[in-house]
Amino acid sequence: MNIQELLRLLEKDARLNARDLAEILGEDEQEVAEQIDEMEKNKIICGYHTVINYNKVLKDELVMAFIEVDIKPQRDKGYDYTASLIANYPEVDSMYLITGDSDFICLVQGKTMFEVARFVSDKIACIQDVNSTKTLFVLKQYKQSGLLTGDGKEKVIEERLVVSA
Amino acid sequence: MIKKPSQAVIDIKPSGIRKFFDLASSMKGVISLGVGEPDFDTPWHVTEAGVDSLANGQTHYTANRGLLRLRQEISKFHDEHYGTKYDPDKEIIVTVGGSEAVDLCCRTLLEPGDEVIVLDPNYVAYEPAILLQHAKPVFIELKEETEFKLLPEDLEKAITDKTKAIILNYPSNPTGGVMTREDYEKLVPIIKKSGIYVISDEIYAELTFDGEFASLAQFDEVKDQVIVINGFSKAFAMTGWRLGYTLSSREISSLMLKIHQFVIMSAPTPAQHAAIEALKNGYPDVLEMKKSYEQRRNLLVSRLNKMGLKTNMPHGTFYVFANIKPSRLSSDDFCTQLLEQEKVAIVPGTAFGVHGEGFVRISYATSLDNIKKACEKIEHFLETLDNQRKEELEAEVLEVMEEIISI
Repeated sequence: MNIQELLRLLEKDARLNARDLAEILGEDEQEVAEQIDEMEKNKIICGYHTVINYNKVLKDELVMAFIEVDIKPQRDKGYDYTASLIANYPEVDSMYLITGDSDFICLVQGKTMFEVARFVSDKIACIQDVNSTKTLFVLKQYKQSGLLTGDGKEKVIEERLVVSA
Repeated sequence: MIKKPSQAVIDIKPSGIRKFFDLASSMKGVISLGVGEPDFDTPWHVTEAGVDSLANGQTHYTANRGLLRLRQEISKFHDEHYGTKYDPDKEIIVTVGGSEAVDLCCRTLLEPGDEVIVLDPNYVAYEPAILLQHAKPVFIELKEETEFKLLPEDLEKAITDKTKAIILNYPSNPTGGVMTREDYEKLVPIIKKSGIYVISDEIYAELTFDGEFASLAQFDEVKDQVIVINGFSKAFAMTGWRLGYTLSSREISSLMLKIHQFVIMSAPTPAQHAAIEALKNGYPDVLEMKKSYEQRRNLLVSRLNKMGLKTNMPHGTFYVFANIKPSRLSSDDFCTQLLEQEKVAIVPGTAFGVHGEGFVRISYATSLDNIKKACEKIEHFLETLDNQRKEELEAEVLEVMEEIISI
């Protein structure tokens, strides 16, 4: 079975079920179902999400910010120990170790700018070995998970011919 | 009194697709499996090359044949991908889509009374292009049993002294059928002997699955009789850019150029710049889109067969030509009722010729999600049809019983 392709399909559309995937890949449905179970158990597949365009809904109820965090890595533990202290907060949506001026970049979500600011100053900045933080608030989202979320796309699609030769 | 316009134009029948376009456009919430173009956007780097050319002031005519750099890229592409060689200076013309190329071939080759062999079912633009030259289309029926291929015995039978050309379109819109090298091999001696021209519309060449694309132009014995039509619309998702091209012998090419230079001047300049980028760096995009089409095809064909619409696995294009004869509806009724009852738009086979009766063209140039939803609706449509039939039958039986009782 082409596992790479199976994952690629699921990554694009998590609503494809075992039957769909089996038909698309020309595989046995039962085997596909077992393969997916296995990958869920092994945390190769860690979860299923929906891509929401927050430009359109909940406009005032969600604030996002990228937080750059500069730390002092610990002997023997490197970056990973401090990273886990930060990543465990539910406010942190995603987090990466990066090159450049800071060490980590985290995407943080909150209800208000104040809430996000409080989280940074009260939680992240207080973690041992954190030297400094820099908060960059998101003004507008243009693309997420490979999908454009800017305005105007729907209109273009509407103008396409419904039936053509 | 104002005089009458051309009778040949008046006599052209309206496209069978028009009716469904009008109907579907007037309805809300239609899922369309009726489109003849990719649903993908043109790859961004290709669009960007077009935009850049505009910003750089490349907004003038190009050479009549098209930009030399583009013709060189086309020549290189065909050499590398299909092993056919064409001289960029003398044998290639860049056209306004494959559509102009079809018309250009007919104008260049045909005289009143000439016969042109057309396959049935086939793409909608060939017959009008022939009729406008006062030539006569002669149809060869293609059959589902032989995967809608052109068979040598049928070709031999159709050729007369008056035959000037044959128009081929493989991979085929609407059937999804393909011709392999072995299939063409059997036609070569017939074409060589008869001296007819082959207008080979290869616009879906890159969308050949489960095997390699083949063309009559790959056979040196008949290469000079073949005019290849290709373009950027399908493979590179560039329908709106309107860019195609012809590959032919230099004699035919110079004749076609006479018409093209007066009627068109040159194909749109920004589109030509975009096309250079497409050929140079766009092949990975083609392969990515092709993989998606293939996966959608697998899903669609599997679902159709499971719901009882027997469908062969097509080996090219993004169309499935499904057999709907078990429904006992005509193609037109099937599509009209499906659209009205379930809001799913597909195209009746009869839009592509009389021998398309009993079939419908289902396009999978749409998302997996749309294909799944449409299949559920088609299945529901077939079930409703089945139940209606049963009720009708029961009512009939009841009527007969009552009659018997009353006697």
